[in-house]
Amino acid sequence: MLLLAFDTATPAVTAALHDGERVLAESTVIDARRHGELLVPAVDRVLSTAGRALADVTGVVVGVGPGPYTGLRVGLVTAASFGDALGVPVHGVCTLDGLAWAAGEAGLEGPFTVATDARRKEVYWACYDGPAVRVTEPAVNRPADLPADVLALPAVGAGAALYPDAFTDRRPDPAHQSAGSLGALAAHRLAAGEAFAPALPLYLRRPDAQVPAGYKAVLPT
Amino acid sequence: MADEPLVLGIETSCDETGVGIVRGHTLLADAVASSVDEHARYGGVVPEVASRAHLEAMVPTIQRALKQAGVSAGDLDGIAVTAGPGLAGALLVGVSAAKAYAYALGKPLYGVNHLASHICVDQLEHGALPEPTMALLVSGGHSSLLLAPDITGDVRPLGATIDDAAGEAFDKVARVLGLGFPGGPAIDRHARDGDPAAIAFPRGLTGGRDPLYDFSFSGLKTAVARWVEARRRDGRDVPVADVAASFQEAVVDVLTRKAIRACKDNGVDHLMIGGGVAANSRLRSLALERCEGAGIRLRVPRPGLCTDNGAMVAALGAEMVARGRASSTFDLPADSSLPVTEVSVPGHTHDHVHEAARDNLHG
Repeated sequence: MLLLAFDTATPAVTAALHDGERVLAESTVIDARRHGELLVPAVDRVLSTAGRALADVTGVVVGVGPGPYTGLRVGLVTAASFGDALGVPVHGVCTLDGLAWAAGEAGLEGPFTVATDARRKEVYWACYDGPAVRVTEPAVNRPADLPADVLALPAVGAGAALYPDAFTDRRPDPAHQSAGSLGALAAHRLAAGEAFAPALPLYLRRPDAQVPAGYKAVLPT
Repeated sequence: MADEPLVLGIETSCDETGVGIVRGHTLLADAVASSVDEHARYGGVVPEVASRAHLEAMVPTIQRALKQAGVSAGDLDGIAVTAGPGLAGALLVGVSAAKAYAYALGKPLYGVNHLASHICVDQLEHGALPEPTMALLVSGGHSSLLLAPDITGDVRPLGATIDDAAGEAFDKVARVLGLGFPGGPAIDRHARDGDPAAIAFPRGLTGGRDPLYDFSFSGLKTAVARWVEARRRDGRDVPVADVAASFQEAVVDVLTRKAIRACKDNGVDHLMIGGGVAANSRLRSLALERCEGAGIRLRVPRPGLCTDNGAMVAALGAEMVARGRASSTFDLPADSSLPVTEVSVPGHTHDHVHEAARDNLHG
């Protein structure tokens, strides 16, 4: 098994190779504005670091968000294109699940919350009962609007760090999404025979577009 | 001819997901998925709606084009993609897909200019472009007169709109007349039953001291709105067909007049017209009439190749391959305001110090 994993749903542009046992190579660059420029070079870097060819890849793992849409789509369209060009399956994994798995790798146990920056003073968040068990659907809210018991849980992710008044029990690791962790989680799911999410974006918001109220006259009324 | 370059082109600069495949000057496939119906109720293209639609349509449209062309992706000599100008988020979907296919298939990647592609598409219709080519490019986002001594590397802007694009004026006037979005086809249809001389709408930037090759359509749009509103205020019917025909005549009169002037001034004996507005029937007929009168050969692709499509991107990509132009690197950015003078975006040296600094900062 050789999984190529990547995620562009957060400011991290992260790619990794996982052979089912361990992470062979990982590249993570934090740049919220250049997902499109950085992703394929990152894939190229992990392949050459690991000394493997793209043709050896048996599956693509991609973070499906939630996350800011423009960056998120870079990862999803790249995954779909690789999947088609290489003839391999594309496995969608919720981006928050990748962070949760990484939190487990960092030693966090029991219930906790993962929150990322959704901009507009909101966070994308979900609750976990251990690193592999998500217990709520991913959602987007203002931190102050989250239930008190959610906010009281240990919290990881940039969304928690951004709103320290709301998330009172913040944990530093993982600070950013890691494709290595995402790949490890996917390998875990594959080994357990679990199903994957379709590689479709979790937008969680409708496009901001207003149907115009009507024709605006030029002449003074 | 089998030794001509086989290139797949991807276009996602606005609301059409276009994938075309050409071999040299021969069109093999032209697959387009449009999200125009999703935008209609907003009265214009909503960037986020367009970007979402591109993501959904991208891979299926590529598969459809390959099937249509009857070629396998492994046979391609290159993959070309619109790198700009256009809607940033929309461009990024196509650029990312092109990179992934090019990288996975081991093919060179060509990030090309949307406007140069609109000109180059005519090679699929009328054979090799003359050099230089004089081109009038008119669409919802652009109105330019371009002189291209070399479509793969030297495109010079002679003039452009100083306010609205021609297609934008069609959309806005259609809104005034309640004809819906997109406005171009609706105005064209209604104008067929109208009198183009019924109302004397202004011809922008045609005065003696005005710039010779620039355009302005904002004043015209306002003039139409004022005329229509005054009519409605007086409780009189609005003669939609006459307004549409007279407005359309004002636009195409200025476009063709300036284009022919540019040909004469530069000693060019032919004119290429491209872009979505080149699908307008009156622009096509008046351009033909005036070109014949001036001894200029007119080249306009069929309407389906004037609107945004992937074949035009493939056409430019094939020309780049044929002429041995540099391909792009995999850090190719999508550039929403890519200048028309940048026909392609070749590899650029990266600021490695800056990148390393970032790594260290966050590592």
